[in-house]
Amino acid sequence: MTMAIDILSWLLLTAGGAFIFIGGLGALRMPNLYTRMHAASLTDTMGAVLVLGGIMLQAGLTLATIKLAIILLFLLLTSPTASNALASAAILSGLQPKEGPVNRAGRSE
Amino acid sequence: MYYAVTIATLITMALALVRALVGPTIYDRLLAANMFGTKTVLFLSVVAFLYGRPDFLDLALVYALINFIGVIAVLEFIRERVDSDVSEKSAGE
Amino acid sequence: MIIILFGVFLLTLLVITALAIVRSDSLFAAVILTGIFSLLMAANFFLLDAADVALTEAAIGAGISTVLFLGALALTGEQERGGSKKRLVALGVVTVTTLIVIYATFDKPRFGDADAPVHQHVGSWYLEKTPELIDIPNAVTAVLGSFRGYDTLGEVFVVFTAGIGVLFLLSARTARRPKDIEAGDEPDQGLRHYLVPRVVGRMLIPFIFLFGLYVQFHGDYGPGGGFQAGAIVAASVILYALLEGEGAALRALPMGVLKWLVAGGALLYGGVGVASMLLGSNFLDYSVLASDPIAGQHIGIILIELGVGITVTGVLLCVFHAFAARGRV
Repeated sequence: MTMAIDILSWLLLTAGGAFIFIGGLGALRMPNLYTRMHAASLTDTMGAVLVLGGIMLQAGLTLATIKLAIILLFLLLTSPTASNALASAAILSGLQPKEGPVNRAGRSE
Repeated sequence: MYYAVTIATLITMALALVRALVGPTIYDRLLAANMFGTKTVLFLSVVAFLYGRPDFLDLALVYALINFIGVIAVLEFIRERVDSDVSEKSAGE
Repeated sequence: MIIILFGVFLLTLLVITALAIVRSDSLFAAVILTGIFSLLMAANFFLLDAADVALTEAAIGAGISTVLFLGALALTGEQERGGSKKRLVALGVVTVTTLIVIYATFDKPRFGDADAPVHQHVGSWYLEKTPELIDIPNAVTAVLGSFRGYDTLGEVFVVFTAGIGVLFLLSARTARRPKDIEAGDEPDQGLRHYLVPRVVGRMLIPFIFLFGLYVQFHGDYGPGGGFQAGAIVAASVILYALLEGEGAALRALPMGVLKWLVAGGALLYGGVGVASMLLGSNFLDYSVLASDPIAGQHIGIILIELGVGITVTGVLLCVFHAFAARGRV
C-alpha cells in the first residue's frame, strides 16, 4: 500500500515538474504577451495541483496536509484571477491581442 | 524525487527572471513576477516538507495570499491612469 | 549540501536582478523587479533556516512595498529623468570598497561552524535559558520579546516615527479629503467594474485578515509575531481599498482610528513596561505580571507583540492612505 502511494506521488511530482518547466519555457519563447500569459497561467495552476497533490500523498493525515490543502486552495483561487486582472490591465491600456498596440476605443462595460 | 521537482522549479524561476529582464512591455514583466511568485510558493512548500518542518508552510501560505495583491495594485494603477486621461481629454473638449 | 547549491543559485539570480534594477530606466519595471528581489531574499532566508525573517520579508517586501511604490509612481512620472553620466570617481570608490570587504570576508568563520563567536557567548545562553525561563518553543520570539525587549521597544518607536514622518510630509496638501469623496464630485470606484478580481478578492479578504491574526498569536510557537502580522492585516485592508475604492476603505477604518492605532500600539508596549515597574520590578520585566513568573512572561510577550502588530498595521495603512489621497499631480 505504501509502495502504491510512493509510486503515485512520484508520478504526480514528476508530471508537476514537467508542467512547471514547460510553463517556464513557454513564457520565454511565445511571441506575444497574450500567448505568454496563456502558457504561464495554465501550466502554473496545473503544476501546482500536481506537485502539492504529490506532497500531500506523502504527508499522510497530519497538520502539514491540511496546510498544503489550504495553500492549494488559495493558489487555485488567486492564480487565475491574477491572470484575468493582468489581461484586463493590458487590454485597458490598449495592447490588443495582435501584433503591436492599436488606438484605444474606451472602456467597455 | 523531490530534488527533481526542486531543480525544475529553480530552472523555471531563472526562465521567468529572463522574461522579466527582457520583456518589452511592463505586462510581460508583471506576468513573469506573478509566475515567479507561484514558483516560490511551490519551492518553499517542497523544501519545507523535505526538511521535515511543517511550521514553515506558513511562509508559503503568506506568499500565496500576498502575491495576488501586487497584480491587483497594478490593475488599479492602470485603471486610474486611464480614467484620469479620459476625463482630462473629455474636460478639454 | 545540496541546499547550499540552491542557496548559491538563488544568490546568483539575486545579483542579476539587482544589476537589472540599477540599469533599467523605466521605474515601473524597476518596481516589479524589486518585488522579485524581495522574493529571492525571502527564499534565501528560508534556506538559512531563518523563518521569521523570511516571513517578514515576504509579507512586507513583496506585497506592501510594491503597492506603496506604485502609489508613489502614480504621483510622479514613470521614466527616470536625466541620462546616466559616467562617474568614474564613484566607480573607483565602489570598486576599492568592494575589494576591501571581500578581503575582510576571508577572516570570517566557515558557514555553519559551531565554534563561530556568534554561537558562543550570549547566543548559547539564550538557547539554554529559554525553556526554563520563558518556556515557549520559538526562541526568536523569546529573544525579541523578553530578553531584548528594550531593542524591540526602540523598533516600535522607529516604526511610529516613520509613520509620523510620512504623514507630516504627505498630508500637508491632500488633493481629495474624504468629505469631498462623499460629496460625489468624482466617483472613486476602485475596481468595481471588474467582476472577477472583485468577487475573488472580496472572498479572500476575511481569510487574509484571519491568517494575520493567526500569525500574530502563533508567534510563540512557530514563525510569526507582531511585525509580520501587522503587515498581513494591513495587506488585507489595502486589498479592500484597491477593490472598492479608497473612500470605502476610509469609511471602514477612518483616519482618526488609524492614528489611534499608530499611537496606541506603542502606548501598549510602553504601558506594559510601566505596569511592571508599578508592580515593583524593573521596566519591561514581565515576571511580575502574574503570580507565576513563566505565566507572567507569556502574558508580557503576548501583550507587547499585540502592541507591535497594532502599530505596524496603523502605520502601513496611514502611509497607504497618505499616498492614495493625493490624487494625480
